[in-house]
Amino acid sequence: MTGMTLAAAIPPIPAPHIEYLQLSPMLAVFGAALVGILAEAFVPRRHRYATQVGIALAGLAASFGLILYLAQAGYATTKADLAAMGAVAVDGPSLFLQGVITLVAVVAVLQFAERRLEPRSGAGAAVDAFAPEAAAVPGSDAERRAATSGHATTEIYPLTMFAVGGMLLFPAASDLLTMFVALEVFSLPLYLMCALARRRRLLSQEAAVKYFLLGAFSSAFFLFGLALVYGYAGSVQFGQIARVVEGTATVTPALANTTGNDALLLIGLAMLGVGLLFKVGAVPFHMWTPDVYQGAPTPVTGFMAAATKVAAFGAMLRLLYVAFPGLAWDWRPVLWGVAILTMVAGAVIAVTQTDVKRLLAYSSVAHAGFILTGVIALNQHGIGAVLFYLAAYSFVTLGAFAVVTLVRDADGEATHLSRWAGLGRRSPLLAAVFALFLLAFAGIPLTSGFTGKFAVFQAAASGGAMPLVIVGVLSSAVAAFFYIRVIVLMFFSDPRADGPTVAVPSALTGTAIALGAVVTVVLGVAPEYFLHLANQASLLVR
Amino acid sequence: MSFPLLTVTTVVPAVGAILTAALPPATNTRSRDRNKVVPLAFSLATLVLACVAIARFQPHGARFQLTENHSWISQFGIGYSVGVDGIAVVLILLTTVLVPFVMLASWHDADPVVDDSGTFERNRRTQGFFALILAVEAMVVLSFEATDVFLFYVFFEAMLIPMYFLIGGFGDRTKGEDAKQRSYAAVKFLLYNLLGGLVMLAAVIGLYTKTHTFDLVSITTSLQNGTLHFSPVVENALFLGFMFAFAVKAPLWPLHTWLPNAMGEATAGVAVLITAVVDKVGTYAMLRFCLQLFPQASKTFAPAILVLSVIGIIYGALLAVGQKDIKRLVAYASISHFGFIILGIFALTSQGQSGATLYMVNHGVSTAAWLLVAGFLMSRRGSRLIADYGGVQKVAPVLAGTFLIGGLAILSLPGLGPFVSEFLVLVGTFERYPALGIVATAGIVLAALYVLVLYQRTMTGPVKPGNEAVGDLKARELVVVAPLIALLLVLGIYPKPITDIVNPSVNQTLSQVGRTDPAPHVVNAIGGGQ
Repeated sequence: MTGMTLAAAIPPIPAPHIEYLQLSPMLAVFGAALVGILAEAFVPRRHRYATQVGIALAGLAASFGLILYLAQAGYATTKADLAAMGAVAVDGPSLFLQGVITLVAVVAVLQFAERRLEPRSGAGAAVDAFAPEAAAVPGSDAERRAATSGHATTEIYPLTMFAVGGMLLFPAASDLLTMFVALEVFSLPLYLMCALARRRRLLSQEAAVKYFLLGAFSSAFFLFGLALVYGYAGSVQFGQIARVVEGTATVTPALANTTGNDALLLIGLAMLGVGLLFKVGAVPFHMWTPDVYQGAPTPVTGFMAAATKVAAFGAMLRLLYVAFPGLAWDWRPVLWGVAILTMVAGAVIAVTQTDVKRLLAYSSVAHAGFILTGVIALNQHGIGAVLFYLAAYSFVTLGAFAVVTLVRDADGEATHLSRWAGLGRRSPLLAAVFALFLLAFAGIPLTSGFTGKFAVFQAAASGGAMPLVIVGVLSSAVAAFFYIRVIVLMFFSDPRADGPTVAVPSALTGTAIALGAVVTVVLGVAPEYFLHLANQASLLVR
Repeated sequence: MSFPLLTVTTVVPAVGAILTAALPPATNTRSRDRNKVVPLAFSLATLVLACVAIARFQPHGARFQLTENHSWISQFGIGYSVGVDGIAVVLILLTTVLVPFVMLASWHDADPVVDDSGTFERNRRTQGFFALILAVEAMVVLSFEATDVFLFYVFFEAMLIPMYFLIGGFGDRTKGEDAKQRSYAAVKFLLYNLLGGLVMLAAVIGLYTKTHTFDLVSITTSLQNGTLHFSPVVENALFLGFMFAFAVKAPLWPLHTWLPNAMGEATAGVAVLITAVVDKVGTYAMLRFCLQLFPQASKTFAPAILVLSVIGIIYGALLAVGQKDIKRLVAYASISHFGFIILGIFALTSQGQSGATLYMVNHGVSTAAWLLVAGFLMSRRGSRLIADYGGVQKVAPVLAGTFLIGGLAILSLPGLGPFVSEFLVLVGTFERYPALGIVATAGIVLAALYVLVLYQRTMTGPVKPGNEAVGDLKARELVVVAPLIALLLVLGIYPKPITDIVNPSVNQTLSQVGRTDPAPHVVNAIGGGQ
């Protein structure tokens, strides 16, 4: 009897319906991460490198294949829908960005696997760019022993897979909680990876701590904002939040109590915004970028700079366009201010930089500003333009950081700009490729950077943000100055006698750089297909 | 589908640039010469193609001829649309004529260093130099051909990059402080032009939000039949955005300050490339885009631009008189001449614009002749300072003679090309703005001053110490100079073939702007132009 009454009182909890096919790209990557952990535990040390690289690449390839299949099957357009009980949106922007992220991750893994640049360890083993034993105190005997024995931190590959998995979920998350979980899933491995540099370990660890502390703050902001918005809307689902904001939701007594309280909503949105703006590195939440970019191992910096930006802008698009279009009058002016500040500050501060990694960090800040102008456009062109810009930008960034790993002297990478003087005389090909990336960053026509910039500015102009476009082109001019300064240094300065050498990379880094260069030129000269793809993929599902 | 002549005309130098850059480094004199003959052959092939184009062009035919239209980036209504009118086809010919001469004149400017044992320095400097020249040629030709605003913009901007490397990478002063000067000049060139280009980019985007196409023909057609209308504020803003970029490139006073630096530091050949070829894109674009896209705004701003160009004429000439450095003198003289060209364009009379187009051709040829001979002289002595020279005509009479003829062309001596164009520009200006015409005429007097004083100081008088060994022109140099001088004579005595091609297009442009020539009121005109 009692059993019967209980059953009547508590409705049965339905098992969540999970669309495994739509989620399969993420599942493949998470699966690879888990297999990687097992491999780390059971595979003998000497086989780990090959096993881990294989698992990572296989997972990414499977994921990319599944993304292509889903896009082909119409999940980007006609069959776009929410999956996993409304937690994940499988639609055009998700699939496009997931595709970009997996490709970026493939290139990044190739660079992580590069073992020809560092001199061989005492035991004669080829080593990569990561600390031989992360737990060893810098300068200690334990570290020296690990270094001479030729150990390697192959944990980097499962960590990368977790980060990639989180990044795949982040732009697809369709409720605030999933978004927060994705944010943490990709951030925590990145904090760790930043600390793993083989050389200059203290700098690397300092970068990781800074990134972690500030990242934790921003996560806290995000979480607090989440709570406030939940308090206002009574739901964490983007669609429901949008309906409550628009006033089209069915009003329950609980909702009636809170919806009048705009302070909850606005403060909540502002805090969510802080969390996302931190991840994209927009001013005034950009302070971490130069230190972290400089301290992290360069392949990680490249990965982080490219993939994090893609994921975070994807999430920002979804949050603003799906959950809060009704508040556009409130968030657009604020983003105007942030975009202007970001473009101007990024470009101006970059002018004074003397370290190539810090320079690229500030340049990434300026680019975040350019992408924001596309977000502000608030039309479908804007989404397509942002998607295209992210794809273009991430490959230029990967390529540029890959070049940085090759310019070396006895202490590892020679990142001080003065050391790059005359590089064009000594290795013209490498300098020419780096110049190509710099010109793409500067937005010179016939490079992908120009097409992307044109697309976002054009979207912003048709969205009525012409002043923003004018600020954009003016800060592009400032930005051009420091990119060109590096070109001058490489080609028109006399090489220094004790200058750095250019390491000859294996096919891995070679592929990464070549891919970056090819994408940069193709997206600049014949962007039609890719623009079309991005535009087609620009419908967000609610 | 007919033969894509215009595309081929720009693809040939582009392919030539790539092939040249791919040639292996020279190891002996033969391979060194091969690395230079290949690009020269490509530039000559381009010249042949340009001649075919002008032969097939019918002056009284359709407005744009030899057209090709393909979709490029359909999302933004961007097409690969090329076509030429009379103005464009003449300027393409000018470009393709000058480039082989520039190459020949710069024959030894980028030679590999040979050490005492006769080993050649292994690098691709020579190939790089000539490949960059071909790349500039391809981009300039394409920007003359483009009838799509976006296509034009892309190459208008992209040509800055090879130009920048030509200025910064190959000067006659290579060491220490001098090299710093040179890279400063290259950066200044790039930043000025990039800023202009980026401001134009904002205007290009603004234009697109109004028109939703970049096709020049369809925009001008719908402007004329009234289906498209800009509000005055928008039109003025867009006009200024475009004009800013072109005024930097041309260059118009007060945006000219990059030119003396760039021309001063570049080799003589590259300086000719800047002033005679690349800068022409700026003045051409004023005719093609500013006037045709924004006719009302052109009329509104014409008086202001005319005043600036007259200031440029006088200012450039005055500063040329005071220069101590030969190349900077030529640069300021060019600023003065660009003033004349812009004056002719914005006087909005048919004589003015025909004159301006002809002026672009004549200025290209005469500056090339003058500056290349000056370059030969400077390469003999290794100095750019006027004070280092004197009495050269006694040791190198042919060099001095050709230098004089080039100079006389610059000062518009009747019988040489520039006279005709300068006369037309002044007449065209006088019809509408007599006061400006009078002031501009003073520029001619100043031109006589800077040309003749330069000649007097360098060529006449006793032979200055250090000039005794200055040799006369060699065969290669004569091959450069003689045709250019012949061309100046032809253009001076019988410019009709050119004007016949140009005039219909000029009238077309003017009708687009909605300006007809004022009726000839001789008396009134003198009295103040009522």
